[in-house]
Amino acid sequence: MELQAVLMAAGGGSRMMDLTYNTPKPLLPVGNRPLIWYPLNLLERVGFEEVIVITTKEVQKALSTDQRLKTDVKLRLDVVCIQEEADMGTADALRHIQQKIKTDILVVSCDLITDVALHEVVDLFRAHSATLSILMSKVHEFTETVPGQKGKKKAGEQRDFVGVDVTGKRLLFMANEADLDEGLVLRKSIMRKHPRMLIKTGLLDGHLYCLKRSVVDFLVHNKCVTSIRGELVPYLVRKQFSKSLNSQNATEDSEKNQKQQDAHHNLELLSTSKDEALLQLARERSCWNDHRGDMSEAYHGGKLRCYVHIMEEGMCYRVNTLAAYIEANRVVPKLFEDPPIHPAAVVSERSLVGSDSIIGPLCQISDKTSIKRSNVGTSTTIKEKVKITNSIIMNGVTIEEGCNIQGSVICNNAVIGRGADIKYCLVGSGQHVEPEAERTNEVIVGSDQLMEI
Amino acid sequence: MADSDGRQVVSINHSTEEDVKLQEVVQAKCEGKELTKEEKQRLRKEKKQHKKNKKDDRGPPEKEKEKEKASVLAPSKPATQSPAHKAAPVPVNASASESPVAAEKPAKSKAEQRAERRARQDTERASKQGKKEGGQQSASSKPKATPNELQPVKRLPEHIQVDDPAALKKLAKKLERQQVPLRSDYGYKVSLFSHLHQYSRKNPPTQQISIPATVIHPSIVRLGLQYSQGIIAGSNARSVALLHAFKQVIQDYSTPPNEELSRDLVNKLSPYISFLSQCRPLSASMGNAIKYIKKEISNIPSQCKEEEAKRRLQECIDSYINEKIILASEAISKYAIEKISDGDVILVYGCSSLVNHILCEAFEKQRKFRVIVVDSRPRLEGREALRRLVKKGIRCTYVLISALSYILPEVSKVFLGAHALLANGYVMSRVGTSQIALVAKAYNVPVLVCCETYKFCERVQTDSFESNELDDPDDLIVTRNGKTHLENWQTVKSLGLLNLVYDVTPPDFVDLVITDLGMIPCTSVPVVLRVKNVDQ
Repeated sequence: MELQAVLMAAGGGSRMMDLTYNTPKPLLPVGNRPLIWYPLNLLERVGFEEVIVITTKEVQKALSTDQRLKTDVKLRLDVVCIQEEADMGTADALRHIQQKIKTDILVVSCDLITDVALHEVVDLFRAHSATLSILMSKVHEFTETVPGQKGKKKAGEQRDFVGVDVTGKRLLFMANEADLDEGLVLRKSIMRKHPRMLIKTGLLDGHLYCLKRSVVDFLVHNKCVTSIRGELVPYLVRKQFSKSLNSQNATEDSEKNQKQQDAHHNLELLSTSKDEALLQLARERSCWNDHRGDMSEAYHGGKLRCYVHIMEEGMCYRVNTLAAYIEANRVVPKLFEDPPIHPAAVVSERSLVGSDSIIGPLCQISDKTSIKRSNVGTSTTIKEKVKITNSIIMNGVTIEEGCNIQGSVICNNAVIGRGADIKYCLVGSGQHVEPEAERTNEVIVGSDQLMEI
Repeated sequence: MADSDGRQVVSINHSTEEDVKLQEVVQAKCEGKELTKEEKQRLRKEKKQHKKNKKDDRGPPEKEKEKEKASVLAPSKPATQSPAHKAAPVPVNASASESPVAAEKPAKSKAEQRAERRARQDTERASKQGKKEGGQQSASSKPKATPNELQPVKRLPEHIQVDDPAALKKLAKKLERQQVPLRSDYGYKVSLFSHLHQYSRKNPPTQQISIPATVIHPSIVRLGLQYSQGIIAGSNARSVALLHAFKQVIQDYSTPPNEELSRDLVNKLSPYISFLSQCRPLSASMGNAIKYIKKEISNIPSQCKEEEAKRRLQECIDSYINEKIILASEAISKYAIEKISDGDVILVYGCSSLVNHILCEAFEKQRKFRVIVVDSRPRLEGREALRRLVKKGIRCTYVLISALSYILPEVSKVFLGAHALLANGYVMSRVGTSQIALVAKAYNVPVLVCCETYKFCERVQTDSFESNELDDPDDLIVTRNGKTHLENWQTVKSLGLLNLVYDVTPPDFVDLVITDLGMIPCTSVPVVLRVKNVDQ
């Protein structure tokens, strides 16, 4: 077997607590499908037959009961539950399932929606025998207004600095602005080996990683690494250029350094394979080099290589903020040729449903309602004379007569009283908006949720 | 349409053949001879064959349309991969169900062909007239489709028949049966070379393979990728990498129940080899290695246990690499060093692993010489050769091939590597080698070709057109000062980009071939081949 897929679905959605305090992030509806369906669909399309899903108990229950997930997804799901309170990082989760992992792995995050040609990422991993291969994409500006955002958009999250070589494929440097104190520090060894480096900042990390099996074994030995993106990836990228064990200073004998040395030792040892001599011979006899201008052989003789595939065009969204969630809801329905109005929905003839809206199953749309550019979820009841524009209505919502909803996000099981006028608001799960309310640019959540923050 | 014309032509041939045969029968009757048993048999078989051919002619055109549909859908952009995936399996499945049926028909007709041929040869030895006419008919009709041949016609390999729709159809059928994706050709091909494949690096062969690769072993997928991207290039490197991948395949192989390892493993290897030839056409050295492996596998006795058999095969592969590549290069460098004297100026072309090895060894043995490395676009492999020689400490000069006649008066010897040595003494090597040999001959500089015996092949070729390899034409595009003039070369209808990989050098230009068997003249290659065949 070549690759095993691991889907990380235990994240809490910490950057959009308003949406996720009642619904776990993998089950948030995007385009009337749970968020976790999209990476599963991607894996199924390229040919995976089974996936290891690491998630919480709630999501596991939903996976086995949700109609859409059961029927549409033909993969075999091997669900591993972890306690939500355990606060496991992604690397901890990999350590947890170490027994199941027998080959190289492809780690996907549950909030990734993309149409990337996955073979581009995996080909880099295969052809160069890379230790790590990641997916990145150009960041798209979000154009939709985000409810509840006061004032101009902040500078946004802190930037990622990604350094690639001239071919644009080899990953030389990766750091987040948060980790850099004053400036970007580049090691001389990198500059000596790759004098031309392109540093890009407008990139979004797709959280899709191809990792060699030896990395998982390395994680088992090094329990201090908790997060793949935060710690493991920058470590591996740095390790490409660190000095080999032979040249390390032998006088360093403090405990910590010894452990680090052992760790490094392990990683290098574990990455050798059988028949290494034959591979070495083939490489020697081959007249190919990945760089030119200096006197070293291909890959500078390094065994650890990290590659990145940067998507120039195509869709790649990580639904981890409210803005991304809204943008994804806008773009995603166009991808799949589902009928915009689900056959099980009851839509009255005197209502006006725009062509770029989608209606989920078991909805009830009454007369004289107008729905434009919106997504309406499952089992939603919309009474008469309601006007909905540019909004996202999740499942089980009741909207009474005469409401006017614009540019808003209404979460599961909310009730909007009659005649309410809601503009650019976020109505949390299970909330009731009183009749004749007029809310603009507000986040309406319950008091219990306020306490959580 | 060419299709209907082809059919018409064939049917006309059939009818004329029938006429001829009828004439013969009538003749025989008139002559008072009774139709011999053999002739009756022959007539019966031929009638059956004609009926089958008519059915085949109707069948293949339909399949061809479906194949076109499938191949048009397959190279669609990744953005539309999901709908394409849904649609492509449908016509593929439909034609897959047809192909096993069709596959049986040619098999039957082959056996019939053989019987027919035997019968016909017997009768035609008796009547000279029939022989002449039968020969004419077989020449005009397609040699593969019809059974009316005298001698068995040598089948041309598929990879040099790209402009023949029948051959393409056959290939598509075979690949479908083996579940190997068909790689589509790219761009406009120069007409002289339109019979060869031309692939683009932008359409990797893995586009249609599932991730994780299940039908094709992962190490073979990796190998194919490395071939198509040029990461493993050079005859020796490709063979060694191929044998390494086969070792891993054998390691992971387990005999299914009721099967014999000696037969089943060979069958398992066929789709892998098809996949590799889709990534990049196989080299002569790879072909010989594959032949050797297949022979070794089929020679495994049936009572041998699986573990024992696998171990034996791994050992065979190791010993093959050791003997034919490593020890051979040692032997060749020993002979070649005798030919290098102090004060020599040696010219090398491109990056041949063997020649580099020889020069490094000679340098270690304290010979005093300097090297001129000649390089050519678009591969610019000479840079890698230059790096290796300079790293060793050898004094080098670097020129492009356009400066060849300028630099040759300084040269005392030319060392060339070879991709393959053909049975008529021609040397097949990187494009540009024949130029070097020609100019060197004009300047009376001795040309020595270094080649291991496992690269000798039984093919005969006198020109570089018949069998060659077309590399990605986009490699010729250069961006200087931010401007790429050839960016839209496909839109210019009268422009074709040609990126040849190999060319053949006639034996008149080669003074000596240094092999692990010794130093032989170019014309002795067939002798070596004959001796090798006798050994095996």
